[in-house]
Amino acid sequence: MRATLWGTRGSLATPGPDMQRYGGNTSCVGVVGREGTMVVLDAGTGVRRLAASIPPETRRIHILLTHLHMDHIQGLGFFGPLYRSDCEVHIWGPGSLTMQLKARLMRYFSPPLFPVSLSELPCRLAFHEVRSGEFDVGEFRVSAELVCHPGPTLGYRITDPGGGVLVYLPDHEPALAALRFPSLPREWTSAGTLAHRADLLIHDGQYSAKEYCGHCGWGHSSLEHTLAFAQLAEARHVVPFHHDPSHTDNDLDRLMSEAIEVARPEFRVTPGMEGTTFDV
Amino acid sequence: MSSPKPIQLILARQLAASLAMPILLVDTEGMLIFYNEPAEMILDQRFEETGEMALDEWTRRFALADEDRNPIAAEDRPLMMALSEGKPYSRTVWMRCGHREWRHVSITAFPLIGEAAQFLGAQMIFWEV
Repeated sequence: MRATLWGTRGSLATPGPDMQRYGGNTSCVGVVGREGTMVVLDAGTGVRRLAASIPPETRRIHILLTHLHMDHIQGLGFFGPLYRSDCEVHIWGPGSLTMQLKARLMRYFSPPLFPVSLSELPCRLAFHEVRSGEFDVGEFRVSAELVCHPGPTLGYRITDPGGGVLVYLPDHEPALAALRFPSLPREWTSAGTLAHRADLLIHDGQYSAKEYCGHCGWGHSSLEHTLAFAQLAEARHVVPFHHDPSHTDNDLDRLMSEAIEVARPEFRVTPGMEGTTFDV
Repeated sequence: MSSPKPIQLILARQLAASLAMPILLVDTEGMLIFYNEPAEMILDQRFEETGEMALDEWTRRFALADEDRNPIAAEDRPLMMALSEGKPYSRTVWMRCGHREWRHVSITAFPLIGEAAQFLGAQMIFWEV
């Protein structure tokens, strides 16, 4: 499979001259299988540009939402294929304990937040409630698991027919309440088993270690925790992702270097930059 | 190695580990999958030493009796009631760990139920009366 980062920023879209290399669009990753299965991981503001890259002959697209915080769905209304009557769009994601996925998304697709309602979209739209478990999306086998982040939030493990594994955990705080991390085995760590031996792990790395101390419980990881989690999961290649809106390109270069220097990881680390493509 | 745990049990363990009341956490079969430090005096051993324990093993480690000091049958213990009936259950009892003195305690056990009514296990908390 081939994965492209279309939005790497967390919390809030952050365009600007200081953010050009890492990018300012919020969470969105495009995944294309060898047989042509088109998967979109989250629909942050990066999804608008992703849509422009989809070949016009593509008729079926799967959007896998980890959760419905605004930075992960804000681009959905600007996703071109929703406005194509020849397109079938499947939206997968978590309902809440009291509301189904479609009803939750209708809150966004309705005035005053957005002028177009879901029923007005010309594409053929299908909703799939995702709970912890496994399901097939085209040529991919997908495992989903609830992970540590405020509100119902899923992590996804995507396995292609050749055995390549991509794990996507953009918003994740596995170190929550731990005096030191990691201190527990994989099976007692949020998404520890889901991420086991991932070929490519795209993981929340919003804060520096110092910043994390002031944001414990907000649902995100420090870069140090990201690398420690990847080590625990025995990931082969990790991509820190969901960068804090206050971090400029220069800040991120420095923070990544410092975290790598401290952790000295045995696996590959590639800082998440908008436009980067990975073959898994 | 034990099986991967759902996030609700992971968070329940983290919470128990940070509280001062003795807390036991069991899975749907009654397997004791975690107990916190204050509960170590009830089980008479550290969790790091025992790891997970099967139902018949950990329930042998302390005796429970009703207010009249009559033994409480295994199936009538609060945690078993929470597991079998899927409801919270509270009871004041006498408890004896090993050969130590009987202690008057209040026990509250409640089931852990996740999304789509998924039954995940139960938790038991002890309060000194």
